[in-house]
Amino acid sequence: MPVLARFVEASGVPTVTVTMMPDVADWLLVPRIVGVEFPFGHSFGPAGDPVVHRRVLETAVVVLAGATSFGTRVDIDHEWPTSRGEAYKSWQPAAPSPIVQMMLDQRGTRSASADGEDVGGVPEACDSPRGVGR
Amino acid sequence: MRVDSYAFLPRSFRAMYAEPPRVAGHDEPVWAPFEKRLAEAKVALLSSAGLFVQGEQESFELDRERSEPGWGDPSWRAIPSATAQGELGMAHLHVNDTDTMADHEVSLPLRALDALVDEGIVGASAETHYSVMGYQATGLHDWQQSTGPEIAARLRREDVDALVLAPT
Repeated sequence: MPVLARFVEASGVPTVTVTMMPDVADWLLVPRIVGVEFPFGHSFGPAGDPVVHRRVLETAVVVLAGATSFGTRVDIDHEWPTSRGEAYKSWQPAAPSPIVQMMLDQRGTRSASADGEDVGGVPEACDSPRGVGR
Repeated sequence: MRVDSYAFLPRSFRAMYAEPPRVAGHDEPVWAPFEKRLAEAKVALLSSAGLFVQGEQESFELDRERSEPGWGDPSWRAIPSATAQGELGMAHLHVNDTDTMADHEVSLPLRALDALVDEGIVGASAETHYSVMGYQATGLHDWQQSTGPEIAARLRREDVDALVLAPT
């Protein structure tokens, strides 16, 4: 996704990227960044919460219009409403993706939660992990 | 408050994401100044959730990814601004689709953008918004050669002033 942001920006259209991984977006030289500490698959917030969706989008367009230099980053201070473990489980797909299944098969790895505890899910890799493009 | 970029990843996966290799040709800043008033600007959205209009567009290709785990469908979909709740499908093998299917605003906040337009904060919602599927092969050849140029051309054709991207 950073590549698409950069491509569109280079074409002359300003962009802002709303991301759960602002450190990574920053490293990949995304021009304007809004960070959210939400589980993957929930860029604008929880389902059924239009107040949060609106807050994230409005922050994004304010950064879009107001940033004066490359690399501007604004993180939104909003706590996800469920526990870390529940949030982790909420973004895991019903079955491991093909690449994760292949990695698990190769490593013989058990699943692990964000805090290192087994939560019965599979450690998924959203968008693309290292070695696979974003 | 600084967002923890790895809050929802298992510890064993963090090393795969921290400081990933930059794609060739993407190692310098790029910058397009935002020169209009926001209240006069037309804004488009782009989600990498693998969204498509059910009954009108093909899903992103998942069977090939199942047989070639290192491949991801590099195509894109144009999502009309009037698309209503329940009209989108989601094809992405790396995230749970339950919440986005229950409420499309989670990934593509078309109604939130309409509200900002109604209140005069944003000038207009673009006629077309966009979705890709975020899991892509190394090098992003197709995104660089076709998806990126095609989306950029359509943004220009529809006189879009700015794009909000949301990786899934």
